[in-house]
Amino acid sequence: MEKRVVFKSAWLPYALVAPQIIVTIVFFFWPAIEAVYYSFLVQDPFGLSSQFVWFQNFKDLFDDSHYLASFRVTAVFSLLVAFLGMSIALLLATMADHVIRGSLGYKTLLIWPYAVAPAIAGVLWAFLFSPSIGIVTFYLLKAGINWNWVINENQAMLLVVMAAAYKQVSYNFLFFLAGLQSIPKSMIEAAAIDGATPMRRFWTIVFPLISPTTFFLLVVNIVYAFFDTFGVIDATTQGGPGEATKILVYKVYYDGVRAADLGSSSAQSVILMFVVIALTVVQFRFVERKVQY
Amino acid sequence: MKNSTTALMVENRPVADFIAHAILIVGVIVVAFPLWVTFVASTRTFDEIVHVPMPLFPGTHLLENYHQALVAGSARGSSAPVGTMLLNSFIVAVSIAIGKIVISILSAFAIVYFRFPLRKFFFWMIFITLMLPVEVRIIPTFKVAADMHLLDSYAGLVLPLIASATATFLFRQFFLTIPDELVEAARIDGAGPMRFFWDVILPLSKTHIAALFVILFIYGWNQYLWPLLITSRESMYTVVIGIKRMIAGGDAYNEWNVIMATAMLGLMPPALVVILMQKWFVKGLVETEK
Repeated sequence: MEKRVVFKSAWLPYALVAPQIIVTIVFFFWPAIEAVYYSFLVQDPFGLSSQFVWFQNFKDLFDDSHYLASFRVTAVFSLLVAFLGMSIALLLATMADHVIRGSLGYKTLLIWPYAVAPAIAGVLWAFLFSPSIGIVTFYLLKAGINWNWVINENQAMLLVVMAAAYKQVSYNFLFFLAGLQSIPKSMIEAAAIDGATPMRRFWTIVFPLISPTTFFLLVVNIVYAFFDTFGVIDATTQGGPGEATKILVYKVYYDGVRAADLGSSSAQSVILMFVVIALTVVQFRFVERKVQY
Repeated sequence: MKNSTTALMVENRPVADFIAHAILIVGVIVVAFPLWVTFVASTRTFDEIVHVPMPLFPGTHLLENYHQALVAGSARGSSAPVGTMLLNSFIVAVSIAIGKIVISILSAFAIVYFRFPLRKFFFWMIFITLMLPVEVRIIPTFKVAADMHLLDSYAGLVLPLIASATATFLFRQFFLTIPDELVEAARIDGAGPMRFFWDVILPLSKTHIAALFVILFIYGWNQYLWPLLITSRESMYTVVIGIKRMIAGGDAYNEWNVIMATAMLGLMPPALVVILMQKWFVKGLVETEK
């Protein structure tokens, strides 16, 4: 879509876009190009000289079992975050859509965790589940479950998944509720009169009708789990125990900042760029479809 | 739950209602539980917290914990006062929100209301920033900021984050719905583009700006990776970074009463924004994802 009527000026439009374009070039494009350049270099341990090695860094990465493990960890982590955050949100949204009285109150009480920074959410959940002083740990132990995410890999994963899904429940809830409220009530009533049980109505009518919302949220949640959960990991497990929760973004940071391995970290950045590009393409192709609905 | 005796709407309402309320109440409690425990811990002494299990009702040390956090910080780990961090977070969040809105509304205005060479090219450049989050260009961006002497400064905390493809798209979509007659009328009245921007575009965009501000304030307040990289002086920490830096040692070493008071202070401002400006928040969230 374009405007028929426009203003004419030889310099003004450039002045108007200049601030955004300058920030974009200086802080987005230039660093991204540098990341690609560094990804072809190997530095000596003191950072004094570097050598151009073509795709050696990438080859090393894909031969590195730690890197492949990080891919696996990221896949498990993001699918669990998406699944947990979305299923809880859908259950709550369905209930909030059902109740007539108090639904606004429930909404308010369910959406505020969206405002909690991932790093703070991590601190809160790590405190609840702390191996030595956590109150939940105490009751888990009474129930016969020995909880120690500092040494148990699966429990560490579970902890970061819970902390990361926490704020996404609020987000997903809002979108599911909006989706549910846009379904005409007459459709549900017609099915009810035909004798369909609530469960059957949900799976045969409601769920298919909100599938665009579900797919959209799936992409958003995976993007979130890939990139925005750095704070959760850094404030809790820091990738441990071992490398059980070292997701790709944390590994880029760890190898680049802590281990100062510029070439490898940059190669990982470049691979992640391709991941984001793929996810963005999926997201935008879908948005086009959503408009047609 | 099935009930065949009611002809119209529908099931056994009371039973279904009861289940729905019960599930929602459990949901609200689970969501609020971490916050409640944090609040309780922020009103207790260190000894009360590490004496397992810690009590689940508030104690009497609220004022001294918050006072210590705000003025002195934690005695162990990082010892910067949280008052300064809150101020930093506030400055950074407001600057990021305003910065993103200003540069996005200007570029969207240029892209919609002018025809010029490179227009499409600029639009695509802005679009591609979506695909380059800080997380995938950590070290080079840090180097650029360091070369520009932006480390440990507000400009360094804010500038690299203020390009915004989503805000630009939002304004562009909105401008395209504004009737062309308004431009024609403005031109007949002899108003130039900037006059049109101030007198027509800006007032019409008010609700979009408010909704965006709420979302972007929360975004700015909750930034973690970038402030972590670019700040090394305690006086430049934001509160989210400050909490992480207070967690220095093991469970028995961290000053949990002060850390939890800091966590409350760090999460209340954005949470209050969500609750008090719920309408704008929901609008902003839904619109930025279109």
